[in-house]
Amino acid sequence: MSTRVGVVLFPGTNCEHDVVWAVNSIGGSAELLWHADPDLRGVDAVVLPGGFAHGDYLRTGAIARFSPVMDAVSAFAAAGGPVVGICNGFQILTEAGLLPGALQKNAGLKFRCQTVEVRVETSASVLTSLCERGQILRIPINHFEGNFVCDPETLARLRAEDQVVFRYVDNPNGSADDIAGICSEGRNVVGLMPHPERACEEVLGSADGAVLLRSLLTRAPGGPGVSPGVTVAAGRPGH
Amino acid sequence: MTEYEARIEVGHRPGILDPQGGVIERALPALGYGNVSQVRVGKSIRLRVDADDEGAARAQVEEMCARLLANPVIEDFSIELSAVNHR
Repeated sequence: MSTRVGVVLFPGTNCEHDVVWAVNSIGGSAELLWHADPDLRGVDAVVLPGGFAHGDYLRTGAIARFSPVMDAVSAFAAAGGPVVGICNGFQILTEAGLLPGALQKNAGLKFRCQTVEVRVETSASVLTSLCERGQILRIPINHFEGNFVCDPETLARLRAEDQVVFRYVDNPNGSADDIAGICSEGRNVVGLMPHPERACEEVLGSADGAVLLRSLLTRAPGGPGVSPGVTVAAGRPGH
Repeated sequence: MTEYEARIEVGHRPGILDPQGGVIERALPALGYGNVSQVRVGKSIRLRVDADDEGAARAQVEEMCARLLANPVIEDFSIELSAVNHR
């Protein structure tokens, strides 16, 4: 049985079908979860896709965290379930307190829509377990508020605990410490601004995102499991 | 119970990028206002609450700011309260 990935649809989400397509194309089984439904229907992993949830009114992600589904997502994450937030999903995870920091407007007030290079900084996360540390991936970004910011203590902790999952090779938005994605202390909640689902087929210009979604399928409870030596919970390099 | 109007101003915390403020600051000299500095762009939120007294109203509005209206990672807020005079 293939790994079931729940893709949460908020009013204003617009990348859900891309994620469903990409997950299905690599052998997973994706299904949409409606934001007002407080039940995750037993999925093995959850993705909060990109878009403009609830119109991004007040702040990006600020209202989405009050959607009934988010209580279930929080409980799922607390129990160690894999949760990935892409772009607007990353913003929602920070607003919900599932990841630290915030995403502010891009430096230079430019909306960035381009393919960028990101470096995988750790393979100890649910989204990078099949990657090599230092691996460079070409993945599109598409955002106005992707400029990661947090207080100095939080940044020091993210670095010390190996929670920076991706860094931009060439920082496109002013993000602190070139951060493109981070994970939770438990390493099962990952947020990133780049869109791996848009880089899963060569015809789209890059297939580099597929390894990330394959990692997610592998890490999910219903997945094929992780080969020896690629443990996530224990794998915390000291740098 | 008294009805209070709250005027809440949400702004960027010191050190947080305010690109809109920066753009406005660079635009004003083009209109001849070369003596302008420290432009900051924030949000103004107004709402009314029914409360026993001003202290209770303020405590509740502060809680709303901390939980929803402002993001403490990047924003700070100030609150002005006044009793609404119904005639």
